[in-house]
Amino acid sequence: MKAIQQPLLFPLITFSATLLLWELLALHSGWSEQVFPGPVKVFVGMCELICNGAMLRHAVASLFRVTAGFYLAILFGIPLGILLGRWRTAQQFLNPLIQFLRPISPLAWIPLSMLWFGIGDKPAVFLIFLASFFPLVVSTTAAVQSINPVYFHVAANFNFSRYEVVTKIIIPGMLPSVLTALRITVTIAWLVVVAAEMIAVKSGLGYLILDSRNALRMDYVMDGMIVIGAIGLLLDYVMTRLNRIDSIAWASVGGR
Amino acid sequence: MGHIIIKNLQKEYIERRKVNRSLECPYVACGEANVVFENINLDFEEGEMVCILGPSGCGKTTMLRIIAGFEKASAGNVIINEKTVTGPSSDHIFVFQHNALLPWLTVWENVELGLRHLKDETKKKGGIQEYISMVELDGFEDNYPYQLSGGMQRRAELARALAAEPDTLFMDEPFSGLDFLTHMKMREEVVNMHQYIGKTVVIVTHDIDDALIMGDRIVVMNGRPAYIKLTRKLDYPRPRNYENMPELSELRNDLFFMLGVNYAV
Repeated sequence: MKAIQQPLLFPLITFSATLLLWELLALHSGWSEQVFPGPVKVFVGMCELICNGAMLRHAVASLFRVTAGFYLAILFGIPLGILLGRWRTAQQFLNPLIQFLRPISPLAWIPLSMLWFGIGDKPAVFLIFLASFFPLVVSTTAAVQSINPVYFHVAANFNFSRYEVVTKIIIPGMLPSVLTALRITVTIAWLVVVAAEMIAVKSGLGYLILDSRNALRMDYVMDGMIVIGAIGLLLDYVMTRLNRIDSIAWASVGGR
Repeated sequence: MGHIIIKNLQKEYIERRKVNRSLECPYVACGEANVVFENINLDFEEGEMVCILGPSGCGKTTMLRIIAGFEKASAGNVIINEKTVTGPSSDHIFVFQHNALLPWLTVWENVELGLRHLKDETKKKGGIQEYISMVELDGFEDNYPYQLSGGMQRRAELARALAAEPDTLFMDEPFSGLDFLTHMKMREEVVNMHQYIGKTVVIVTHDIDDALIMGDRIVVMNGRPAYIKLTRKLDYPRPRNYENMPELSELRNDLFFMLGVNYAV
């Protein structure tokens, strides 16, 4: 018992219990195995998909799209957020537009993105970009605005240049909140990639699920779902690790 | 170096709740002006330790922020070393009431802010070390501010301010929030520091004892709108205490009376 640490033990119990419940439900549901496969069949399907390389190929395709769209969103969203956070006039001009576009689901953009970018990676990347861009802009703006104004006074007092204000005050000051926002946003991006792949492309985990449904292989559908969940968990874990870097420890230990 | 002249300084603001948005001025906020202080005329000599004393809310912090260039005066001006103050500058460093060390930088990096213009690395390192030693923070160079006690944070901030080698140092309630003993210790350190570097130091405080023990000059502000009720040079030798100096004790009683409180209750 001692060998397994408690933080691992509890989730393990939960997952085992879920598996057991799933097996029982599958046995007694009265649905055929084609409609509601049990864990064993799903596990066998998983082995098939891993062995023939399909799972890896689809997972890599999805991760590539998420990474591309997410990086694009960071590249444009964070600088824009800094601008809006520091420059009131820019915020007054652009904020209404951002707040108007923000509640439009990225999925509503699917027809347009297919028309504009055709078939392939591009429309999917565009949708992920849209899904992560607006939350990032909004949270970066808020993060910059919530930096204690006394630090800007210090910057003025020590004759900071504009560049130094950005690198020495704004970026480190907003980092803790922005990292939290990145953690939430990457989850949103991961949610959207699956939906995007059901429409415009011939690879990725979303495509795997759709294709398996058409082939009436519900075990493959569930395999796709399991891998999506596992990668989502992994992404969240990576982002949580980022939150432990040294230079942002001040934010969680009573600093301002 | 550090000669401060304040001429006819006035500050007023418009009470937001009373703003009257009439047809004549739909965009400009116009309403009853609330005068914080007016007709402030002061002259601080070079190298003086000036203590501005007054009850909380009397506008003394606002005045200090104007002198340091963080706020604009409604009228009048501040002249430091024959130059009119137009904004903050590293010639006069402000030590803020609440911890203003950059929390994402270590003590070393914070102190470095004042010396970052130096090109010569060895000179820069020597300078940083010197100021850290001056406030007795050796061994804490790589600590982040949140890892220090309240008193150590104030000392680190003092080191950062001194490292910029300003002509003048402004301190806004430098001892607020410190426990009694740390307060006494910091007071001693600030006086020693002042005697050592000999720069003009302007301290805003509501503590009569701080003002009397530390100040080369005290300025008492009171009233609404606030005005200068008293400005007096204190030529008492250091170290000062009330036991040896009956005049100081007397002045203390006068100040209590002036600020409208009874010391003996």
